[in-house]
Amino acid sequence: MLAWFHVPWFIASPFTGYVYPNETIVPWSELIVVYPYITGLVAGAFIASSFYHVFGMRQFKPVARFALLTALAFMIFVPVPLLFHLGHPERAFEAMITPHWTSAFAAFSYAASFYVIVLMLETWFAFRADAVRLAKRSRGIRKLFYSVLSLGSDDISEHAIGYDRRWARALAIIGMPSAALLHGYVGFVFGSLKSRAWWSSDLTPIIFLLSAVVSGVALLIFLYIVTSRLRRKAADVSCLQALGETLWWFLMIVLVVEGLEYLTMFYRGEEGITTVAALMRGPLATSLVIQWAASGIALCILTWLVVRRRRGKPLVAGLVVASLLVLVEVFAMRWNVVIGGQELSKSMRGLLFYVPPVLGRDGVVASAGILAAPLLLLWLFVRLFPPWELGDQEDHADFA
Amino acid sequence: MDRRAVLRLVAAVAAYGAMTLQFLGSFARHASGSTAARTRSFPTADYNWTKHRWAFGVDATRCIGCLSCVVACKNENDVPGDPHHFRTWVERYVYVEGEDQPRVDSQSDPADIAASHPEAVDPYRFAAADEGKAVEKAFFVPKLCNHCERPPCVQVCPVGATFRTEDGVVLIDQNYCIGCRYCVQACPYGARTFSEVYAVADKCTWCYHRITKGLKPACVEACPVGARIFGDLDDPDSDISAFVHNNRLEVLKPEMGTKPTVFYVGIDKNVR
Repeated sequence: MLAWFHVPWFIASPFTGYVYPNETIVPWSELIVVYPYITGLVAGAFIASSFYHVFGMRQFKPVARFALLTALAFMIFVPVPLLFHLGHPERAFEAMITPHWTSAFAAFSYAASFYVIVLMLETWFAFRADAVRLAKRSRGIRKLFYSVLSLGSDDISEHAIGYDRRWARALAIIGMPSAALLHGYVGFVFGSLKSRAWWSSDLTPIIFLLSAVVSGVALLIFLYIVTSRLRRKAADVSCLQALGETLWWFLMIVLVVEGLEYLTMFYRGEEGITTVAALMRGPLATSLVIQWAASGIALCILTWLVVRRRRGKPLVAGLVVASLLVLVEVFAMRWNVVIGGQELSKSMRGLLFYVPPVLGRDGVVASAGILAAPLLLLWLFVRLFPPWELGDQEDHADFA
Repeated sequence: MDRRAVLRLVAAVAAYGAMTLQFLGSFARHASGSTAARTRSFPTADYNWTKHRWAFGVDATRCIGCLSCVVACKNENDVPGDPHHFRTWVERYVYVEGEDQPRVDSQSDPADIAASHPEAVDPYRFAAADEGKAVEKAFFVPKLCNHCERPPCVQVCPVGATFRTEDGVVLIDQNYCIGCRYCVQACPYGARTFSEVYAVADKCTWCYHRITKGLKPACVEACPVGARIFGDLDDPDSDISAFVHNNRLEVLKPEMGTKPTVFYVGIDKNVR
């Protein structure tokens, strides 16, 4: 007699049609939705910061240093959903020590580590002078902390700060392609799998990258407005306008490319297209509607803001709503890719209905915690290195 | 120390660290890979894995859907008894008159689970899903890992825990697997599963522990009608050599470019 036990720590998803028996346990949970989402926020925030640090676009100056802290706070949490998801997180380092290079995942740890180093170095150069000043100004444990962070380099002469600037700019220039590569590569992790019809597309990495920029810029807009309100300062209007315009045209490009993706898929109408259509009408219907409605409404608001060149209250309110909608839209898009791909059976004869577990390592609560954690870290970063108050005006007047 | 020196130090440490990791990595791979190849005896001392080329045949025209193979496999390989973890399974295709698509199910369909007998020696059943219908034709298709020559699961493993042996079997080193499930995603056939018990990937090994001792896989042994054929393609007198020479063969999803080494007879266009 077989031990016909229902192992309690897996959830089998209900299905319609025919799915391979092993497919009834969905392998990648919402943790793997959170992972590309966070990575995308990093890439987007970094690219927004580089508009000032690399191209010297002065409209972006008020958020440039804050964007750097945002990118760093989120980047630190990129590996967390992956580690939560691994069956053997204690073996995670094997991927770095004995990488299997044909795997799209093997180089990820290297690419991510490289990017973290670039990001930390750039942040250090951007904030070193502040650390020195803060060390002078404070006492006790805080003094020690800032002194240690300045790494013994306490020269804040004009010459030394110019040196900082050149290094920060050089690192930002290296960081831009790295950020783009890192996230395009996350798209490749999915797009390169021929086994799943919903993922296997040349456009997947491009869509991932573009929506990353969109989500990062939206996060920056939202956080900038919220933090300005908390600091009782008015957010810089030309900065908000520039961010809004960036969001507007990146969102347009995303929607066009996504539209092309669907058009191509249905126009080609390859084997199993009816199952794909059933997926979109069935298990994915709600999240697809959320994705499209949110991006549609956000685009309308942004178009209105850009065309009428709104300022003041309408600009702030419009941007808050639009950026929140974009953040929701991109999360829904990640869900639709990661979960949607797995809800479509590899047999192309059936659909699974994934129900996320609430508790446990793979649960909704854990995922929400991982999403919220970078915000807490960012709050700490901002407390330690106020990106607005300190000598920003004179020191970073001409970064480029 | 001035800033320039600090930077130089940081860069040197980073470069040195990366080089060390690379060196250790290549060393570990070299050591594990070459030892077995040099001695030519793997996994046991008296087995030479360069002297065999295993392959599997499925004659779907013979399968009666008794599911003995599924039970034998679960018993032999300690696969959990629930209907969501399988190293091998059986699909049923029923063509009902007036319907343009076959009805497809496996022993894991809710109706079939309802018809099963968890307490019995042979717990799995195919429920009579076509009662009162005029059936045009119906057949069963046993499924298992295809032990592809170009396995996408091996390609995507980030640590190389899954590999193809010299004698043509795709295996998993479960002491090395990190449990990322990328291979489960990459397999176009749904042949891989995740073992919640050991938190690693799991799949059919063609009973590697048996075939390297001259035995047949448990499913082949258990099949009462000879629908499963196994053997060494390098041995012209083996069952599989006769099967390959005497039949017109098909493989599953050839368009995936995986080059399966499980060969089918008697399936049709709707079998994927």
